[in-house]
Parts: sequence; structure tokens; C-alpha cells
Amino acid sequence: MTTTMSSAEPTRRDFLYVATGAVAAVGTAAALWPFVSQMNPDASTVAAGVPIEVDLAPITEGQAIKVFWRGKPIFISHRSKKEIEAAQQVDARSLPDPQTDAQRVKEGHDQWLVVIGICTHLGCIPIAHQGEYDGFFCPCHGSVYDTSGRIRSGPAPANLAVPPYEFLSDSKVRIG
Amino acid sequence: MSGHSTYLPQSGFAKWLEARLPIFSFVHGSFVAYPSPRNLNYWWTFGGILSLMLVVQLLTGIVLVMHYTPHADMAFKSVEALMRDVNYGWLLRYLHSNGASMFFVAVYIHMFRGLYYGSYKAPREVLWILGVIIYLLMMATGFLGYTLPWGQMSYWGATVITNFFSAFPFIGEPLVTWLWGGYAIGNPTLQRFFSLHYLLPFVIVGAVVLHVWALHVVGQNNPAGVEPRTAKDTVPFTPHAVTKDAVGMSLFLLFYCWFVFYTPNFLGHADNYIPANPGVTPAHIVPEWYYLPFYAILRAIPNKLMGVIALFASIGILAFLPWLDTSKVRSARYRPIYRQLFWIFVAVCLGLGWLGAKPAEGGYVLAARVLTIYYFAHFLIIMPLVGKLEKTRPLPNSISEDILGRKTVAAMLVAFAVFAAGLVGFAAPASAAGEHGAPVPPSLSWSFAGPFGKFDKAQLQRGFKIYKEVCAGCHGLGYVAFRNLAEPGGPGYSEAQAAAVAAEYNIKDGPNDAGDMFERPGRLADAFPSPFPNDNAARAANGGALPPDLSIIAKARTYERGFPWFLIDIVTQYQEQGPNYVTALLQGYEDAPGDFNLPAGANYNKYFPGHAIGMPQPLSDGQVTYEDGSPQTLEQYAKDVTAFLMWTAEPHLEARKRLGLQVMIFLLVLSGLLYFTKKRVWASAH
Ligand code: FES
Repeated sequence: MTTTMSSAEPTRRDFLYVATGAVAAVGTAAALWPFVSQMNPDASTVAAGVPIEVDLAPITEGQAIKVFWRGKPIFISHRSKKEIEAAQQVDARSLPDPQTDAQRVKEGHDQWLVVIGICTHLGCIPIAHQGEYDGFFCPCHGSVYDTSGRIRSGPAPANLAVPPYEFLSDSKVRIG
Repeated sequence: MSGHSTYLPQSGFAKWLEARLPIFSFVHGSFVAYPSPRNLNYWWTFGGILSLMLVVQLLTGIVLVMHYTPHADMAFKSVEALMRDVNYGWLLRYLHSNGASMFFVAVYIHMFRGLYYGSYKAPREVLWILGVIIYLLMMATGFLGYTLPWGQMSYWGATVITNFFSAFPFIGEPLVTWLWGGYAIGNPTLQRFFSLHYLLPFVIVGAVVLHVWALHVVGQNNPAGVEPRTAKDTVPFTPHAVTKDAVGMSLFLLFYCWFVFYTPNFLGHADNYIPANPGVTPAHIVPEWYYLPFYAILRAIPNKLMGVIALFASIGILAFLPWLDTSKVRSARYRPIYRQLFWIFVAVCLGLGWLGAKPAEGGYVLAARVLTIYYFAHFLIIMPLVGKLEKTRPLPNSISEDILGRKTVAAMLVAFAVFAAGLVGFAAPASAAGEHGAPVPPSLSWSFAGPFGKFDKAQLQRGFKIYKEVCAGCHGLGYVAFRNLAEPGGPGYSEAQAAAVAAEYNIKDGPNDAGDMFERPGRLADAFPSPFPNDNAARAANGGALPPDLSIIAKARTYERGFPWFLIDIVTQYQEQGPNYVTALLQGYEDAPGDFNLPAGANYNKYFPGHAIGMPQPLSDGQVTYEDGSPQTLEQYAKDVTAFLMWTAEPHLEARKRLGLQVMIFLLVLSGLLYFTKKRVWASAH
């Protein structure tokens, strides 16, 4: 546009062609949007993804259960004294994904570990109470998590994720 | 496709590729430099329009499959879920279902154009026959696709059409059983039809490639019907034909989108919003409008086998057209007699289509027989004879001599509108109508009618109250979830209000850890439960009559509007027959006339087909208390609950009409721009 007007002046013909092409391009792009958008979770899937409530009373000490929220397995582990101590004694700074146990449980509910049971490596489901730290062990490629769900060895890059949840009472949590 | 390519590779890569795969020169030769006769009119844009429609059908179809479940128990429900819950699901499905009709509108125009201008004559016989094959494939694909929603028309249409094959002696019965994969149409049939419906469009693509290949070998015919002789007779395909095709496509999209956004169910059948029921055939069973002329031919012949043969012959005969037409002159422009006979033939085809939608009785059958005979005579007697006997007018020496600006765009548009209206006009009488003699429900004015229609939120809330207090005792609302009550475009409840409504209902859930089913209060994600555990329980509690689920009832009922209203309705977007009928039915209870034999347990309703309805009068004045001061009359109740049921049937109606307006404005602007671009491009060619 900085060249002299005589040589580069846009003619009316150019303007018409550019305008038509631009409008057609915008229209095509807009028409493609529904085709992209339909791939997202539909309204019934979104509606089904609301928080769930879990009764903790039947879970005995040392037991870990699996519930599903939004199609993901959630581990709820009722930890023993020994497990809690093991989790708390570790120096968080020495871990691949440094986090203290207190950051991973709710205050005053040390015995409850709630994590998303999906290995942070490539998505397999780890097995509870297995592995070197008696936390979780992922059989797919050998990631080892401790009793706080933190990655200790193996290819997984991060700790097991903690889902949003809250205690409604001492024996009831709402996940989601 | 050789001969016209002047492509010279410029860049190093282009040269390298050209020596290995000459794809650029192929594209250049076929779609850029390809010489197009300069006298082509807008009827020639329908080839491009058809390609566009094929792409639209493929794209929308592939996406629909992502949400559809090909199982007899789940197909209907998955289509409803698609329309209600998937982002833009309603749009994609309406694009596909109306797209099929538009595909046929375009193909019929394309075929009649070929007939008029003699495009099937040497050397274009193979081109024409490939076209007939594509048309046959389209018919098969359309039929298979129509069975997939697994509604009443899907099921019974499939039954009738597959029974064609039972007409053949000896092999008929086993052949039909083989087609069905069972002793009746059922889940195996649906699954194979689904597979084939996905396959055939790609076969069509293959046939289209051959069709286009043949076209580029022999070149396009043109309105004068004389071959191009000099370079002055042609223009390069790009940009001339491209811009002209683009104008045609854009205008056609305008026509298409009118149906999609404003009258999306006009071309379908209301009965197909009723889930397939192998025990009940709809009163008036008709195929999709694009098969009607052939359906009329089938029914015109009193013998089963001969009827089926005549039906296939009526399509197959097209393939022999190049040899049945003995005229040396191609274009009907220069054939004064044939030109008139052509229009008579068009009228005969339209007449057959109209008859195909009428009941097979009395004068209709006789008329269908006369027209069937004429249809075959046109090909077998008239075309060979007229070609020999007719005195044709002198042909122009060349195409450039022919160009005298014969037709204006306006004339083409009018002709197209008339033609298309005639074609699609079959649909309305084709829809299942009430019994003869039932009075037509009065046409009411609805807030949701017309291009700017919106639901009246207060009315929907009142209607919901009536549903909850009265209808819900017997009728479910199985496709509607509680969360829908709080969604935009609906009755406008808050999420908390909707959750409170949900909590009033008990939902069966389970099994729990102990393996027991249990009941819990409803949640937003739940659907309205049916008041009965299953259909048999519902029948037993209602004297043998099954109270239908009301979710889609407002789209599943209709009545005939008659000529010329069904044509006018396309323009005025009038499509409120369902709501009118439901409202009328609720107010239609009266004492049976003395000579009417009312079965025990039935009630007399003047609007119900056959008049004997199982449901006793559900509503009467003062029955439901309104808090907003609206009149507590039967008339008001009937209107309010109907409006509510229209929303449950079409929850995205407001979004559809709103988007429709934007699309219409956009396409008008685009069409205008394309038209001026095309004029600019062609200015130098003339
Ligand atoms: S997925 Fe768990 S270690 Fe690879």
C-alpha cells in the first residue's frame, strides 16, 4: 500500500472480487463451525457430569474403593496410621512433583485420600496397595506412587490428580 | 481429457510432480482451461449445484452417524437425542433430511434440462447413461436413509418397498426374507440398511467421477445444441463457468435454507415422528415426494408383478433415450412439436406425482392409468415418430451466432420457482391426513409461528402446569429432561426451579450395591418418567388404548391443507397443523350423533380420525388454577398445553429461526456479490 498510487491503485473490479471472496470465505468458515461444535460433549453428557455424593461409612481402614465421576475412576482410600505417617515423613522437596501430604488431603481428614485413579503417564489405572511404597502401582509402564498418590519412580511425570471435592460431614464427601 | 490443457509447470516442484503425477495439469485441463460453451444458461448450473449437494449430504451424513445408533430399539431415540442435546444437532439433521429433497429437486431439473436440450444424443450417450445410474443410486440411497430414523413411515415405507421383490415368482419370498434378514422387517434389516446407506453415497461419488470424466471427453452440450467450432464459441471454465455456477449455487442454498430453517418438516411426514410400530400401519402410506410418480405407476397396474416391472421399466427406459429419440436436432428450441410434447411430458410427470400421493381409489386410479400409458408412449411412440416426422427450424451456424441474450436471470428464477414449487408440492398432500369427513381444525395464531416466532414463556409455564396436573396422569414426556425446563428458548424457569420440579418425581434407579432397584428423587439430568412401568401396563390401565408419549406429539400429528394452500404454506412458512390439531382435539368432545356406533369405553371426538377415541375428555373449564389471571377456560387450557407440547417437540425452535434469519441475510448478500462478480467476469466475454 505504500507504493505509488498510479501503479497499485485498487480498481473497483479488484474491490468487488476481494469483497466477494472474503464474504464467501467467512460464510464457509461459519458453516464449518457446527461440524466442529457437534463433537463436544452433548447436553445430556454435560448434565450427567454433575457432582456425586459418596458415603464413606462403609469403607474400613486400609480399604480403597473406586467410584466413577464423569466417567473417570476416583480412588477413595481410607489410610491407616502407618500409611499417613509414611506419606507425611517424606521430604517433599526430594520428590519429582513436590507436594506435601497436607496439600493433597483436606485438613482434619488426614485418613481420606481422594485422587483421580488415572496414571499421569498415559492413562492406565494404577492398582492400590501395590508397589514399593504400598501406595499405587501402574502395571502399564511401571510407575510407582506412594500412599499420598505422589509419583515416586517410573515414567509418569506428575502426582495422581486430586479432583474437586468437599466433606459434607465426617462420613460424606461430594466429588465434583 | 486431453487436448485442451495448456498447463505449463512453472516452479521446480510443479515440474518434478508433473513428470510423476500430472495432477496439476489434469485439474487445469478439466476445471480451469476447459472450454465451456459461452451460451450456457442458468439451467446448466445444476450440475455444480448437484456436486455441492452431494458434498453437503456426505458431510452432514458422516456427522450424523457420530450420534446415531443403528438398532431397532434405540434408533428413534438416538435421533431425538441428536435433535435435542447435540450442539447444532437439529441443524445437521434438518440439513441432511431436507438436503435429500433438495438433491432430488436439483437432479430432476438437471434431467429435464437434459431432456429439453437433447443432452443424451450422440456423442453423449454414455454420459447420459451414467447419469441414469447415478439417479438410480440416489433413489436407493434416499430410500435406505429414510428407514433409519425408524419412525412409522420408515418402517412401513421399508416394508412396502422391499415387498416389491416378493412379486417375482418362485424366488420372491426367499428373496425378501434374505433382504430382511428375518421374517419381517426388524433390527437386522435396519443394520444392513444403515451399512448400505453409508456405502452407496461413495458409490455415487465414483459414478459422478465417471460422469464428469465422460463430460470432459465429449464436452458440454449447450442450449443451441450445435457443437463449438471455433475458440470464439467457448470461454475458459475458470472464471466464467465457475462464477456463474457460484451464483446458481448461492441462490439454490437460499432456497434450501428456507426449508431447513423455516419449514424443516414440510417435506417429511408427520407419521415419522411416531416410533415404528410393527402392529399398526399408518392410515395413508406414501413414499417420499421424489418417488411419487413411480409409486403412481406401480399402483396403476392391477397386477402385482406387472406393477413392479412397470415401475422399474419407467426408470430403466431413460437409459435407452439416446436411441429412442430419432431426431437429428438436439435442442428443443428448434423442434416446435417436440418442444410442446416436452412440456406435456413434464405435466404428465407432475400429474403422476400428484396421483401418487392420493389414495388408490376411484378416479385417481383411472387417471393414473391414463398418465402411465402416456408416460411410456412418450418414450416408445412419440419420441421415435416425432423425430422422424417433425420439420425442425434452422439451426444457428455457430454458438457465437446464437448469443443474443435470450434469457434473463429473472425469467430463469421465475421458471425455477414454479418448477421447484411443483415438484415439492407433492409433499403436503403426501402427509398422512385424518379420516375423510373429519372437520379441519381451525387455524389458530401462535406466537411461535412465522420467521420471527418465539414461545410465550408465560404460556409455556401455564401449559406445563396443565401437563403436570392433568396429562401426566397418563402420558409420559420421555424425550424431555427436567434440565430442559431451564434451558434458553423454553419456559424460562431457573435451574433451581427446574431442580425442584425434578425432585417432585420419583425415578427408578439401580441396581445398588445390594443388587436392588430403588427409587430416588429426580435430578436435572433425568427425563420425565412415564406414569406406567411399561406399555402393557399403560394399556391395561386405559381400557386397551395406549396413551402416547407427548414429547413429539405436536410434530407427529397433522391434517391435509389441500391445494393451493400447501404451496402457499411454503412461502408463508405456515406449518402449525400439529398444534392446531392438538388444540382442536382437546376441545372436540361432543355427544356422538345418533347414527354413530360408538364402541364401548370409547368417546366421541369430532377431530379424532374415526371419531372414537379412548381418552375421555381430559380438560374442562375451571379445572386448573392459573396464578397469572389468564382465563381458566377449556379454550385457554387447550392452547396453553399445546404451546407447551410444541416446545417439547421442537425445543430449539427459537434458535432455529434466529439462525435462519442470519443465514438468509448472509446468502442474499453473497448472492448479490456473486452476481455482480459474474457480470464483471462475463463483461469481457461478450
Ligand atoms: S500409563 Fe501408567 S506407567 Fe504408563
